[in-house]
Amino acid sequence: MGELRFRDDEALEQPAVTLDAFLDQSNATAVRLEPDEDARLLIPHLDRLALVEIAFPKFRDGRGYSSARILREAGYKGELRAQGDVLVDQLREMRRCGFDSFAPEKPLDPAVVKTTLDRYDQVYQRAADAAVPVWKLRHG
Amino acid sequence: MYKYDQYDQAIVDARVDEFRDQVRRRMAGEITEDQFKPLRLMNGLYLQLHAYMLRVAIPYGTLDSRQMHMLAHIARKYDRDYGHFTTRQNIQYNWIKLEDAGDILADLATVEMHAIQTSGNCIRNISSDQYAGAAADEVADPRPWAELLRQWSTFHPEFSYLPRKFKIAVIASDEDRAAMRLHDIGIQLVERDGKLGAAFYVGGGMGRTPMVAPLIKDFVPIEDFLSYAEACLRVYNRYGRRDNIYKARIKILIHELGADEYRRQVEQEFAHVKSLGIDPPAAELERITAFFAPPAFEAGAADTVDRSDPDFAVWLDQNVKAHKQPGYAIVNISLKPVGGIPGDASSAQIDVMADLAEQYSFDELRVTHAQNIVLPHVAKRDLYAVWQKLVEADLASPNLDLISDIIACPGLDYCSLANARSIPVAQKIAQRFSDLDRQRTLGELKLKISGCINACGHHHAGHIGILGVDRKGTENYQLLLGGSGAEDTSLGKITGPGFDEDGVVDAIERVTDKYLELREGGERFLDTYRRVGFDPFKEAIYG
Repeated sequence: MGELRFRDDEALEQPAVTLDAFLDQSNATAVRLEPDEDARLLIPHLDRLALVEIAFPKFRDGRGYSSARILREAGYKGELRAQGDVLVDQLREMRRCGFDSFAPEKPLDPAVVKTTLDRYDQVYQRAADAAVPVWKLRHG
Repeated sequence: MYKYDQYDQAIVDARVDEFRDQVRRRMAGEITEDQFKPLRLMNGLYLQLHAYMLRVAIPYGTLDSRQMHMLAHIARKYDRDYGHFTTRQNIQYNWIKLEDAGDILADLATVEMHAIQTSGNCIRNISSDQYAGAAADEVADPRPWAELLRQWSTFHPEFSYLPRKFKIAVIASDEDRAAMRLHDIGIQLVERDGKLGAAFYVGGGMGRTPMVAPLIKDFVPIEDFLSYAEACLRVYNRYGRRDNIYKARIKILIHELGADEYRRQVEQEFAHVKSLGIDPPAAELERITAFFAPPAFEAGAADTVDRSDPDFAVWLDQNVKAHKQPGYAIVNISLKPVGGIPGDASSAQIDVMADLAEQYSFDELRVTHAQNIVLPHVAKRDLYAVWQKLVEADLASPNLDLISDIIACPGLDYCSLANARSIPVAQKIAQRFSDLDRQRTLGELKLKISGCINACGHHHAGHIGILGVDRKGTENYQLLLGGSGAEDTSLGKITGPGFDEDGVVDAIERVTDKYLELREGGERFLDTYRRVGFDPFKEAIYG
């Protein structure tokens, strides 16, 4: 499984440009964020973005998780893609941070992807997904 | 004590299934060791010098007899019949087989236990005051707040790949029994205008660059508690250094930014995070707090103890502490017999402690960061019976906070990071000072040994600290003086050139002799050191 997508709309054909290029040119609708780039710079431009691709050069570098949540918290509704060294055991956390598409460098086993994403029915905390934290279930 | 509901249990059960699957994929070669490493680490499974080591979480150091018996069962069935209690109030097993890990987790899950986030670059087990709920000086029991943090931090999706590990301690007394300001976040519950809140100290730690955490926020009310923690962590996850593993802890970020700038960034992030609705309603803290209601103490229980047995009286004076409830006491069980390995207990001893808790301490035990065990609520009339049973089990060493009550990391006997052995040094020191009268004459003296600069043995915080290093292929021990992990937190200072194993024991003896010569009145070693300074001791050591 190369690309993994959890959206109903058509995938965008336009390639993602760098953050610098995006901020310089007004017509791009897809941008790529490196781990050290500030996702908040995109907030004024969210309405013209269809794709934000967040780079994971190393799976251990967790900055992209914060970038993703920041964009979702700011109301970004477009595609949010994790690209790079993305491992199957990270998909659940990434989905919870708001990623809805994945372009892993090494293909993932679809069966393991399904088991991994279906495994947990409960979560302890609110994040960028729709999952209801257990404290909410406890107290309504 | 906190009890799982169906949600807590479902999460821990799913974790067992997940880890079994990860182990299966690793053993089938579907994932590489490099990819498996962070997964097993987030579940407390380390590859050590000789075998896998599994660290089991004991949230805020509290457990009941059923859980304690399970720890004995695991030692017996899957390890070599003993376990090692750690400075983070956990237990670790040193001889685990990878293929058994899933079964061990399944056994643990039957008693509401797990190994989640006991390692890895994530938020670790929350630690606390071992006297919580029993200490007269606390403003509240800190454990409900620690449990809130445990749940919030468990599988936190944003903070599972932090720059480095992250340790949080929660206390609620002015007397600090948990080395709170030597944590990434140290929280002290405080009262203001009749309302409870959390003071946040952020950016402390030991390791190769020890730092005492500065106060970042003096009062965070419960309704903002998790939002504030989230803001602290988000600033760290985004801006903590990732270029150098040795500079990746939050203390370095705060040191480089300055506490004021870090605070400004956290406040800014908090203003945003607060709008996300991540704080549970007050009813959730109330629900958790109900589990920590005081046990059914007997009103009017006898407040006197028969001291006619002199050995018992010695233990009573050294290991038993005042309880807030008249007629009750806090019993410390020392895991530091002379010649033993600090923090180790056999499965038979673990079972004895579990039985004592069930019979005499309202079914509760605590693990302390000094690697001892506490029976928090023992009726004074039962103390003699408890002591007799401890004597039978070789658990009655009357040396709490004395020089032989040593904190030591596993060192080069087990650990793949260590440069030197810690255990034999601890044993030699305990043997040199084995005369109890001599130890009692020296009084409170906290001695802490680490086998490398990562400081798992808290050497920076020892009144006397020892750091094992590798010097041209031989083990060498540096001596530090003047550290403290208590409310008067301070970092020890290295005395000078290091020693070999016997040499460092001799040097400690020169330090304690000097102390006895210089002390005034009821001064502890640390008080004398602070009054007279470093030089007289340095002179005594090196001549």
